[in-house]
Amino acid sequence: MTYFPEEVVEHIFDFLATHRDRNTVSTVCKTWYRVERLSRRSVFVGNCYAVHPERVVARFPGLRSLTVKGKPHFADFNLIPHDWGGFSLPWIETAARGCPGLEELRLKRMVVSDESLELLARSFPNFKVLVLISCEGFSTDGLAAIATYCRVLRELDLQENEVEDRGPQWLSCFPDSCTSLVSLNFACLKGEVNAGSLERLVARCPNLRTLRLSRAVSIDTLSKILARAPHLVDLGTGSFTIDHRAEAYHKVMNNFIKCKSLRSLSGFWDAAPRCLPAVYPICGNLTGLNLSYAPAIQCADLIKLIHRCSKLQRLWILDCIGDKGLAVVANTCKELQELRVFPSDFYGGGIAAVTEEGLVAVSSGCPKLSSLLYFCNQMTNAALITVAKNCPHFTRFRLCILDPKKPDPVTNQPLDEGFGAIVQSCKDLRRLSLSGLLTDRVFLYIGMYAERLEMLSIAFAGDSDKGMVYVLNGCKNLRKLEIRDSPFGDAALLEDVGKYETMRSLWMSSCDVTLGGCKTLAAKMPGLNVEVINERDESDEMEESPSDLGRVEKMYVYRTVAGPRNDAPDFVWTL
Amino acid sequence: MEVSVSDFDNLKATELRLGLPGIDAPEKPAPVSPRGSKRALLKANEECWPGTSKSLEADTSNQEAQPMAKAQVIGWPPIRSYRKNSFKARKAEVEAAGLFVKVSMDGAPYLRKIDLKVYKGYKELREALDNMFRCFSTGELSGMEGCNGSEYAITYEDKDGDWMLVGDVPWEMFISSCKRLRIMRRSEATGMPSSP
Repeated sequence: MTYFPEEVVEHIFDFLATHRDRNTVSTVCKTWYRVERLSRRSVFVGNCYAVHPERVVARFPGLRSLTVKGKPHFADFNLIPHDWGGFSLPWIETAARGCPGLEELRLKRMVVSDESLELLARSFPNFKVLVLISCEGFSTDGLAAIATYCRVLRELDLQENEVEDRGPQWLSCFPDSCTSLVSLNFACLKGEVNAGSLERLVARCPNLRTLRLSRAVSIDTLSKILARAPHLVDLGTGSFTIDHRAEAYHKVMNNFIKCKSLRSLSGFWDAAPRCLPAVYPICGNLTGLNLSYAPAIQCADLIKLIHRCSKLQRLWILDCIGDKGLAVVANTCKELQELRVFPSDFYGGGIAAVTEEGLVAVSSGCPKLSSLLYFCNQMTNAALITVAKNCPHFTRFRLCILDPKKPDPVTNQPLDEGFGAIVQSCKDLRRLSLSGLLTDRVFLYIGMYAERLEMLSIAFAGDSDKGMVYVLNGCKNLRKLEIRDSPFGDAALLEDVGKYETMRSLWMSSCDVTLGGCKTLAAKMPGLNVEVINERDESDEMEESPSDLGRVEKMYVYRTVAGPRNDAPDFVWTL
Repeated sequence: MEVSVSDFDNLKATELRLGLPGIDAPEKPAPVSPRGSKRALLKANEECWPGTSKSLEADTSNQEAQPMAKAQVIGWPPIRSYRKNSFKARKAEVEAAGLFVKVSMDGAPYLRKIDLKVYKGYKELREALDNMFRCFSTGELSGMEGCNGSEYAITYEDKDGDWMLVGDVPWEMFISSCKRLRIMRRSEATGMPSSP
């Protein structure tokens, strides 16, 4: 291969689809490194602190698409203090200087300011795609800048961000000349929307295929939009409150009938059950359905809807669907690949929602099921063993029993055997989240069988250091390990310090790791950042100097070539 | 007062610890933080599982795992704050609004308004309506069990605009779908189907 001209090598590299493969070929020899870096168009940075933005931009000057992730996953659950970090500005500034040809930026769990959005909008003349997931720090003013200056914008996708509302005018900032939109998702915005601007925008973008509306968009507006854009493939419905006796209901139903391409529905923020029949005409075509933000729709109406959705591949739903409803899913949705059942009552003790029965039913009726997120009140080993047998193709299995440390209610045993069956049967399992009462035994199984496991989430589980050691020793492909409230201490942490350089990151909170243990890890492994997070209380007058024997509340360890970061707040100590 | 051996045992039983009552967990050092021990105790109350601060009267002779107190552990259940916030906001909207609905009674010259939220169930509601409209009727109001003795039936208009007999569905479901109430004369009510 080294005798081929570089253009041929570059052409061959074009066929490498994954980042991993491209990263690998770049390490073969200097020539390949050079060819690869100059032809690389897309880079994925899983941890924004693992590398300096300057280094990325310098190595890949032809960069067109950049994805960066910031805070660790547990930030989603308020376990990371607000100003921990993950700032997008340095990345945008550096890219603005070093690769003005940037077309796509995807950020997850990062702090994005209006300033950085404005800089982004002005710096890249060819900018086409902006995706922000679980980000914060910006307002609708930042969106206005994007709308105003990104002349060839194709995608603006805002997923579950906390956005400050500064008024509806941002939508009107898309110039009349903007006709390039293919995907627009502003479902997470809380403020008013200018209906007229929205309708005109939709009317002049003939390629629009994804449109997810926020709660403020009325059914009237939705109806007009559907009339103008019957080619939509993915729709977020907005509030979807109709008075079913009104004309609006029939109009909207008629407009839905015209949407022959519609494959995915979400939204339904305020939908009352009687309004659902408006979407019955297109249910037969749906491959994706997200009703997880529609608490007003109860089991009986969910069932009536799902009966019609025989082609469903992805279903996100609230647990008010109940085991009965899940049985209907099992009978109807034979193509189902992904199921997420969210709790409607967060603190348990509510109406018994879903149990192990629902999951067993779905596993037996939907053999293609490969991705699961399931919040339930209880689970049994027998059920998990059955599920494992029925569905050996799981790649993602996340089970959350709402009551921490709850045992199998039938046998009163821990759920070790059940999860053991899952990891043994599902050879392709890449992501696993555990819950319920669990001893070290489950980790023995995970270490033994979960060869492809890349991400493991542990909470309130295990008896001793042995548990964590089984995992670190056994899971060869482990990239992210996050642990909370489990009895793992320094012995486990320091058992195999080299392991952490093969992983993206390790998070431990409310465990038994001490400051001394963290310091030892940091000393032994200079290629890691060992961050200890200590939230301060204003009422404390005297700062005691912490002892090495003291337990560390929150610790975040990650491999990096960037050294300790310079933007860490006071309460983060990088050892 | 003398401290006898049994008193000492009881004292140990009421000690605040990080763990289930009855389990002899090894003494763990206080967590490291600038706040020192004060914070440790605070954290023990807020974050540790199960609710140890509640176990002052724990029965230590009960060695098996006790049912978990419904304390709120930080970051549990693991649901994205975006989702939690949007549900919280919705709940707050509903709660702030109160649930005032008009109540009309056939033959009465004026209507009343009641807040459904203040009643815990159908019995209380019935009693309240009874009190409110006593002056307009000769007998007792009853629409719940459909007892023949009563002159009236209590009905409600639901979110879909249908008139339903009060009492068929669980209370929570009823108050979330009831838009107004009508105390209907039996003679009119007998023609009605009892439930949809």
